[in-house]
Amino acid sequence: MSGKRYAMAVDTRTCVGCSACVIACKTENAVPRGFARDWITTETNGTFPSLQMVIRSERCNHCENAPCVTSCPTGASHYGPGGIVLVNKAKCTGCKACIASCPYGARFVDPASGTVDKCTFCVHRVEHGVATTACQDVCPTSSIVFGDLNDPNSEIAEALRTRPSETLLPEAGTEPRHYFLR
Amino acid sequence: MKRREFIRIGSVAGAGAAALGGLTTRWYDLYADPIHDPETDGDTIVPSFCELCFWKCGILAHVKDGRVTKIRGNPKDPLSNGMLCPRGAGGTGLLYDPDRLKQPMLRRAKRGGQEFQEVSWDDALNEVARNFERIKTEWGPGALALFLHGYGGNWMKHLFKAYGSPNIAAPSYAQCRGPREVGFSLTFGSGIYSPEVTDMQHSRCLVLIGSHLGENMHNTQVQEFSEAVRNRADLIVVDPRFSVAASKARYWLPIKPGTDLALLLSWMHVIIGEGLYDREYLTQYAMGLEQLTEHVKPYSPEWAYPRTGLDPELIRQTARVMAAARPATLIHPGRHVTWYGNDTQRSRAIAILNALMGSWGRRGGFYIPSQVTLPPYPYPAYEKNGTEVADRPEPSQYPLADEVLAQGICDATIPGGLRSESRIKGWMVYGSNLPTSLPNPQQTYRAIEQLEFLVTVDVLPAEIVGWSDVVLPEATYLERCDELLNPYYRQPYVAVRQPAVEPMYGSKPGWWIARELANRLGLENFFPWKDSVEYAKTRLTAAGYDCDVLQRDGVVLGKPEPIYFEEGAPAEFYTDSGKIELYSPQLASLGFDPMPTWHQEDVEDPPSGYYRLLFGRAPTHTFGRTTNNRLLSEVHAENAVWVNATVARQWGLKNGERIYLQNQDGVRSTFSAPVKVTERIHPDAVYMVHGYGRTAKGLRFAYGKGIDDAELVTRYKTDPIMGGTGMNVNFVTFVRDGAAETTAEEATAEEATAEETAGGTTAGEAAARQGGSEADAIDGSASTALSAGGRQG
Repeated sequence: MSGKRYAMAVDTRTCVGCSACVIACKTENAVPRGFARDWITTETNGTFPSLQMVIRSERCNHCENAPCVTSCPTGASHYGPGGIVLVNKAKCTGCKACIASCPYGARFVDPASGTVDKCTFCVHRVEHGVATTACQDVCPTSSIVFGDLNDPNSEIAEALRTRPSETLLPEAGTEPRHYFLR
Repeated sequence: MKRREFIRIGSVAGAGAAALGGLTTRWYDLYADPIHDPETDGDTIVPSFCELCFWKCGILAHVKDGRVTKIRGNPKDPLSNGMLCPRGAGGTGLLYDPDRLKQPMLRRAKRGGQEFQEVSWDDALNEVARNFERIKTEWGPGALALFLHGYGGNWMKHLFKAYGSPNIAAPSYAQCRGPREVGFSLTFGSGIYSPEVTDMQHSRCLVLIGSHLGENMHNTQVQEFSEAVRNRADLIVVDPRFSVAASKARYWLPIKPGTDLALLLSWMHVIIGEGLYDREYLTQYAMGLEQLTEHVKPYSPEWAYPRTGLDPELIRQTARVMAAARPATLIHPGRHVTWYGNDTQRSRAIAILNALMGSWGRRGGFYIPSQVTLPPYPYPAYEKNGTEVADRPEPSQYPLADEVLAQGICDATIPGGLRSESRIKGWMVYGSNLPTSLPNPQQTYRAIEQLEFLVTVDVLPAEIVGWSDVVLPEATYLERCDELLNPYYRQPYVAVRQPAVEPMYGSKPGWWIARELANRLGLENFFPWKDSVEYAKTRLTAAGYDCDVLQRDGVVLGKPEPIYFEEGAPAEFYTDSGKIELYSPQLASLGFDPMPTWHQEDVEDPPSGYYRLLFGRAPTHTFGRTTNNRLLSEVHAENAVWVNATVARQWGLKNGERIYLQNQDGVRSTFSAPVKVTERIHPDAVYMVHGYGRTAKGLRFAYGKGIDDAELVTRYKTDPIMGGTGMNVNFVTFVRDGAAETTAEEATAEEATAEETAGGTTAGEAAARQGGSEADAIDGSASTALSAGGRQG
């Protein structure tokens, strides 16, 4: 273990929901056609003309208490470096227990391999000398912050210290490491 | 399914399993967990600039085993700053589009019959050259017109100037940003250009009028917009639709469509009446304040209220917010501004309001751009043959048009269109799908039928390609060199487009096509270089720049000049008076309103049961150019018709239900689209994303998906000042499949519940359930249609 605790935060104030993160992820990770590891959600409330809308770039929440890891019968779903939740394709049987247990709808079966796929926080980059994830790198509104929570000087630690934030479905007890800055 | 309950139970069970999990994991962990690398980093990385839209962001194309694997922003490029919009990131979807034009083709059957025969480049080029020669001999060089869009078009422009035709038209002028350029030139003596000279990142107050930044993804603009939001600039958004930008705003003004000028005049009334303008700035630089003060007296917020539907107090308050932040107050000039036919005057009003804020030439307003000095290639001078532009009956009409009017060239092709005789006999169309970019496509098809010759140069088989006599397949921007980019910008720089991979199939770069045609037309003097690299090197060397650095980095930066008056940028106004003209003597002398004036008759209310057709952009698309891009269309495969929830209830329209639209002239959309029932649109209007509903069968992915707004734009109002075509003057009603016509009254009987008060969430859920791409398009704004997309909670 690297002694790191990776986390991501999306600034909902600046995110315009353009999907650059989706496309960049798809090309970076060669995600199969018809599937995506990240996506945009919009929530609108109110009636014309009193409206509010929140836009979020969402992905696997890399939970600290990840139901996908506990429900995986083969140990394929596991906590990787820095707590990133990963799927070991060699161990995955495609049983979909993790898909059923994930409250965020973050997982899918790659039709080519028959194994489960999802966001990896670009572990192949961030553990090999590239500081950014592909979605963070491309984002034209610089709304995606990623880094090590254990480093108090990291941008992510700073953002979470200074800005109000929330996680999705905190009541699920999953302890997400994906935050949304308000 | 009570999902939440299940999750709660699940997490309790999970806690138990976690203890066990440690054991099982260790048992399986006899081998290490490998970190999977998708290996999309390139063996080589080629810097270039993008062409998915026309912003021209610097990119880095990663190439592995001869294929472009991914495209990133070039951090050295002043436009992309290393970041991209989704389209730029999705350029491989164009390069590897299986529907690309692959070989030159000649038409076999009747024009429009879509039957072609593949031929050699030699045969195709000879056929084009033969027709160009014939038209010149029989009718003169002016009888051949060029329509173009995109940076590669520069080679064709050069070819046409050498050939002797002045009829070179881009719909990006009279169908898009033209009125803005004229309105600002009349006021400040300079246009806005592209990239816009807006200093949004430093604005303390930003006003967007119908501009949907964030959905319209001109990269640097969106970067700067987000910077303004991040800096807590006061954002005021005027839009009949609750756009993405509106959702970020401190003030959203949900204006009645078509009444923006009334609001602008009313803002001036408040700002002048309360003495909130920049007195010192105006005294120094402007003329006409006295006339303007008199002129705007009647336009009180109370006067504006019944016209715009906006609360007078809100108008006053926003005017004061603007004034409080001046001169860092930017009333954004917009880009696609051909709306109602009074667009130059509306742009003038925006310019005048900016002048009152003192924002031109000031930090947070408009900066003064500069450019690298790069001498032109030493070509021989174009021959002056006295041929006049054929885009209008008399030069006195649309007197301030400073570019050729594309719709005028189209009309001049039809006998009785502009004059009794037809003046244009042949077209070359470069990267510009005229049936979806010019208003009234029936008129465009009438013109095409009259043509003696039509050649298209394109990458994809768009509608216009199907009507051509000769089709020349161009290489994509990732496979070719182009003209050097040397924009007017805050940071002067030169960028180069260079091929990441060899041209696929039989496609050829535009420079090669233009030069080959020139050689066949006896115009080889105008193309003396071997290839585009030699061309670029000649120009760069003459300017003292290092070609190797440019090829390696993609950009070279020039010396920055002061960009604000306060830094020493020259406060020069290229108007007749040399001042900012709040009152325009030029407009007065031409018989136009010297100051923007409200004319009630300019605004028509929709007939009963009809709604104003508004259209815009999705962030993943550049109108119809990208809807066939399978990678980008995974996010937005189809457009949806946005219908106000109350209107939808009256009609009994359900979210996701497919409908056709029919306009005031009885024209019905070819295809249907799902309804997006939403609170986010004014009840007077419907909205859709432009570029869908493609009828070209060769676009196998985009064909038949959604509704093409352009085919419903049968009416337009021409701007008398500069000939722009105001296209937001069409009204549509809903037609259910098979039904002849349903009226709103008949439809009210069944009171359906609006399912979608929660906007995208409902659509997102539908998408997640279906796992397909259709339902999500209902939320034309954002949420993705992809299978992993969407929490089901």
